[in-house]
Amino acid sequence: MALLEIKDLHARVGERGILNGIDLTVNAGEVHAIMGPNGSGKSTLAQVLAGRELYQVTAGEVLYNGKDLLEMAPEERAQEGIFLAFQYPVEIPGVSNMYFLKAAVNAVRKQRGLAELDAMDFLNLVQEKMKLMEMDQTLLNRPVNTGFSGGEKKRNEIFQMAVLEPRLAILDETDSGLDIDALRTVAGGVNALRGPERAMIVVTHYQRLLNYIVPDYVHVLSQGRIVKSGGKELALQLEESGYAGLGIEDVEEAVGRI
Amino acid sequence: MSSTPNSLETLANQEYKWGFVTDIESDAIPRGLNEDVVRLISAKKEEPEWLLEWRLKAFRHWQTMKEPTWANVHYAAIDYQDIIYYAAPKSKKDGPKSLDEVDPELLRTYEKLGIPLKEQELLAGVAVDAVFDSVSVATTFKEKLKSMGIIFGAFSEAVREHPALVRKYLGSVVPSSDNFFAALNSAVFSDGSFCYVPKGVRCPMELSTYFRINAKDTGQFERTLIIADEGAYVSYLEGCTAPMRDTNQLHAAVVELVALDNAQIKYSTVQNWYPGDKEGKGGIYNFVTKRGACRGVNSKISWTQVETGSAITWKYPSCLLMGENSVGEFYSVAVTNNYQQADTGTKMIHIGKNTTSTIVSKGISAGHGQNTYRGAVKILKGAAGARNYSQCDSMLMGDKCGAHTFPYLEVKNTSAQVEHEASTSKIGEDQIFYLRQRGISTEDAVSMIVHGFCKEVFRELPMEFAVEAQKLLGISLEGSVG
Ligand SMILES: Nc1ncnc2c1ncn2[C@@H]1O[C@H](COP(=O)(O)OP(=O)(O)O)[C@@H](O)[C@H]1O
Ligand SMILES: [Mg+2]
Repeated sequence: MALLEIKDLHARVGERGILNGIDLTVNAGEVHAIMGPNGSGKSTLAQVLAGRELYQVTAGEVLYNGKDLLEMAPEERAQEGIFLAFQYPVEIPGVSNMYFLKAAVNAVRKQRGLAELDAMDFLNLVQEKMKLMEMDQTLLNRPVNTGFSGGEKKRNEIFQMAVLEPRLAILDETDSGLDIDALRTVAGGVNALRGPERAMIVVTHYQRLLNYIVPDYVHVLSQGRIVKSGGKELALQLEESGYAGLGIEDVEEAVGRI
Repeated sequence: MSSTPNSLETLANQEYKWGFVTDIESDAIPRGLNEDVVRLISAKKEEPEWLLEWRLKAFRHWQTMKEPTWANVHYAAIDYQDIIYYAAPKSKKDGPKSLDEVDPELLRTYEKLGIPLKEQELLAGVAVDAVFDSVSVATTFKEKLKSMGIIFGAFSEAVREHPALVRKYLGSVVPSSDNFFAALNSAVFSDGSFCYVPKGVRCPMELSTYFRINAKDTGQFERTLIIADEGAYVSYLEGCTAPMRDTNQLHAAVVELVALDNAQIKYSTVQNWYPGDKEGKGGIYNFVTKRGACRGVNSKISWTQVETGSAITWKYPSCLLMGENSVGEFYSVAVTNNYQQADTGTKMIHIGKNTTSTIVSKGISAGHGQNTYRGAVKILKGAAGARNYSQCDSMLMGDKCGAHTFPYLEVKNTSAQVEHEASTSKIGEDQIFYLRQRGISTEDAVSMIVHGFCKEVFRELPMEFAVEAQKLLGISLEGSVG
């Protein structure tokens, strides 16, 4: 059974259709890259999979582990192992990163019938992952994402992912805002998590990230539809010819040309 | 007619008889307020002559006063002649017989707060005869306090046993003519708490453990007086996180605190009176006068309050900073949801030299709630070197609620330093979704965000209380986002 099966998924905001029939199957152990120009619906797909109620699903079906994913509340999806690294991580003033993450870990553990981690065990777990992500210790005691730089926010997302060890990780533009060193570290963190029981959907506008996180499959999204799928070489091809080479209008590039 | 004692008629007659007796008792004082009623209350409580005179003076003054209208709260006019000002303690027979008869909504909340079953019964007013652990625990505490010379008990008991102390301090911080509601309270107060901590004594426990339970029937006109003698320290907790229901709509309490040289009083409140239903019907009107006098040098009074209940809250815990180097603090979280209205804040009156005050107010509005911060900082001529720091933050949930801030400032000494910060923020759907995406429930997410917002206040609360207060906030705001 596939870990994730998306069939003819349509979603909209208000009157406007954004996803116009997505089909995608992801098996455990696979890494899928989703590429596409700005505004093609990549983040919308990621958010719909995570359960954002802002987007209204109008048709289609999503099975996760054989279960109807669209029936589940966002927190249930998270507890079942779906993790979304946000394109724009949200600031929560006054709530320490540490406190927040402990609550998250224990919410997930509770759902799996495991005992809550005590402060000691949690600290050990966190320390290990912080080393992996080369995270500054002080970030743990600061309020969630509050006043973090763009790069710190992205690193914090992948750090959380490393601690939560999801079954399906969706990374939305994790590379944006990272310099090359940070990109390497973050990719290292992601790669450390790859394994036969886990799957990842890596959303990115640029090919750069895929040099570090090498995908098994690449899909190109345009106007809410997957218009092309292939192996990792598709990303390289895109790099050379641009989206235009596939006959896809990249709004940003178009604007750039004017 | 059957002669068995269990026959229906007998039972019915008995009930009738009980009912009849009860009626006579509570009818002993008819509705309304006049001098005779004040005399009757005093007589019922077997009070000394001086206290009756004190009440009468307050009553006569009250008659000349007008209900204040400056607060940003709106309610139907209160008919003060339609209130019963003295009711004999309620018979347990009137209460529910078991938790099965209690409003399930209330029980659900108790459960969420993690209140033990026995305590739930007590709070819900279930008629139980068993001796509670807490009662014997209370007795042990009382012995311990007594051995240290600390007086702590019901106000009426203090009037009987320590009349000189009560007479010396009663009304010395909140004069009976202070304001409309304080005057009313002074005339008709039912009971309350009294605490005296002698020189140099540090009260070894938070005065709460049994107060929390015993507080439940103190009635609508409560009177509290706390005195910390030179070098003494006391931390006092008032209220209860469990929702409290009361058939009396009007509550007008008075709290007076006196701190002498080097003394410190920490007064923490969690107020969760019935706020009315979702349409705004019912609910308690809470008009409270709370004031502390830092009379001595280096004395300190801290007010910390978490206000989630009541339909209307009118409350300004204040400090008179008289002693040199004395310190006043006010930390407040006020939540208004549905149709609740709160007008709350503080007054810091700097009289002595080098006095300092800190104000941290966090207002949270949801639903149609209206939240007003009203604070005054007055620095009098003699208060050289006085300092004040005020911070007023408002959080809005949804777009039908309101937050208002009215800081008043009066500085008569140029050496004073005054600082004021204010902010308004909205709790975002994106914040909630972010937390839910990490496996945290909406309810916990709201409570976490709100807790982050209120952090500076919560850390002033005694540990155990802070945990409860955080849960309470989550419950009060349940369903207001998402
Ligand atoms: N909340 C929203 N309200 C209105 N339009 C939206 C919203 N979210 C996304 N869109 C629109 O949907 C399209 C796809 O957006 P998005 O999924 O963010 O694209 P991508 O991540 O590929 O850049 C864009 O045209 C964007 O403006
Ligand atoms: Mg995007």
